[in-house]
Amino acid sequence: MSDTQTRLTRVAAARWRLSILLTAIMTLVYVGFILLIAFNKPLLAMVLMPGLSLGILLGVLVIITAWALILIYVKWTNDHYDIAVANSQQARREGR
Amino acid sequence: MQTGEPNIVAMIGFGVFIALSLLITYWAARRTHNTKDFYAAGRSVTAFQNGLALAGDYMSAASFLGIAGLVALSGFDGLIYSIGFLVGWPVVMCLIAEPLRNLGRYTFSDVVAFRLRQEPVRVAAAAGSLAVVAFYLIAQMVGAGNLIRLLFGLSYEAAVVIVGLVMLAYVLFGGMIATTWVQIVKAVLLLLGAFMLAMMVLARFSFNPLALFDEASRQYGAGVLAPGRLVSDPVDAISLGLALMFGTAGLPHILMRFYTVPDARTARVSVAYATAAIGAFYLLTFILGFGAMVLVGQPAIRAVDAGGNMAAPLLAEVVGGQAFLGFISAVAFATILAVVAGLTLAGAAALSHDIYVHVFRHSRATEKEQLLVARGATILLAVFSIVLGIAFKGQNVAYMVGLAFAIAASANFPALLLSMFWRSFTTRGAQASILFGTIATLVLIWMSPTIQMDLLGNKSAYFPYRNPGLFTIPLSFIVGIVVSLLTPETAADEGFTRLEHQIHLGEEEPA
Repeated sequence: MSDTQTRLTRVAAARWRLSILLTAIMTLVYVGFILLIAFNKPLLAMVLMPGLSLGILLGVLVIITAWALILIYVKWTNDHYDIAVANSQQARREGR
Repeated sequence: MQTGEPNIVAMIGFGVFIALSLLITYWAARRTHNTKDFYAAGRSVTAFQNGLALAGDYMSAASFLGIAGLVALSGFDGLIYSIGFLVGWPVVMCLIAEPLRNLGRYTFSDVVAFRLRQEPVRVAAAAGSLAVVAFYLIAQMVGAGNLIRLLFGLSYEAAVVIVGLVMLAYVLFGGMIATTWVQIVKAVLLLLGAFMLAMMVLARFSFNPLALFDEASRQYGAGVLAPGRLVSDPVDAISLGLALMFGTAGLPHILMRFYTVPDARTARVSVAYATAAIGAFYLLTFILGFGAMVLVGQPAIRAVDAGGNMAAPLLAEVVGGQAFLGFISAVAFATILAVVAGLTLAGAAALSHDIYVHVFRHSRATEKEQLLVARGATILLAVFSIVLGIAFKGQNVAYMVGLAFAIAASANFPALLLSMFWRSFTTRGAQASILFGTIATLVLIWMSPTIQMDLLGNKSAYFPYRNPGLFTIPLSFIVGIVVSLLTPETAADEGFTRLEHQIHLGEEEPA
């Protein structure tokens, strides 16, 4: 019982750290993008190839970043967190 | 495009959608027996279904028609909005979805009130929810009236009444089961419509988006690919960005969807599907906006509607003729209906589940009584939205969606987060944070140039920024923390251990 309990506590703390990290990354990426728009318009106006400005490229990358963060979170929780939770739930049922 | 002229295909598409959605409602009504069915679709929605339904709830007509129009008229600047609307989803995923599912039953107030004193917290949280729902609903109803007048030639009032009554039928009889399926049908139609439209545009540019963007910059100057005047003030830009980002995690109709799935894992996976769908949709709006700019032309778009809202339908007519215009119009209509249904259900849950059941009846209402009150609240909200929709005719309500997001981010999000992750949060802290967030946002918006200068025609405004989020979000957190520290609450502290347990393991199965 106490073993599965500590394991859950540990994995819960790890999930919390991951959540904060991913939220912080998303905030920084997005706020950074807006700051560039606000303070360095000429940089974003730079045309990399016909039809593609740096601004559009970065905008698409922000969307892709959001997707990537979601995938990282789902992958990690499916692989690590769910198992610890399932074990604890089983322990709880058996404990009764 | 002859605006205000009935389009036969649009009428048929619109009729088919209403018939189909009422059939769904009939089917759902027969499966709605108790409050769990009415508010949470019996918790039987799958991850993929809920992902689509979340996308359906989130992709309003404002995003489809409004953002496409904004991109068509101002190029890159319009994209700032599409991106802002997506970045809130990782926040929902990481901080909100799973704990919410494990801690609550029907509304996000359930979570805030979990270990605090039920009644005071629920009044505050329901007020926060209702404020968001009210402004969002008014914006949607006014948008509906204008759009349907342009698309189908109905009068504004008739359009508002039809939307109100059809939405009422979904929610009143079919509850969350009907609302969920209407959202799913709408999300599929919207994604399909946007995808087909984008492909028909790209077919003219050998399926190379860059060729399209290049043509846009050739016709309208390189400025359309670069940030322009829309974001002139950095403070305002960041303020808007933060409200969009954290507001998503405080929208009652979005949060409510997490109670429709069987467990936290399903809630998590549904966010991944939703984000994939919403992200793809916003990428398509890049194509639609620039497509309309190049193929329809800015003067033609402005001639029909100065705000650009008709850019996507006009584009549909240019690339696919009357029939495709009709299809896209019907999709836009379905979009509005589905969003107002979701909002109304969330508002009804706040009124009946939070206020009536937990405050007036001290959690002692019978199942039958609860269902009756929930349906009464639905009728009340439908009447409210029809009346206000008509009252706000001809007024500029574009700021109201932004206002709804700002309240959601400043009132609901901080209290929700603190209640789940901070042991020392108290009843008074929650009340203070929610009320401060709501009132401060309302006051700052009223003092902003949007109301004072644009609406009231004054020479200056009391507050220089149009978006208060940068100030109100952190201040709500501070108010919640300071008031909690001043009013320690032993029971809340003790309840935190139980909360921490339930966040991960979910509710104990009733024996």
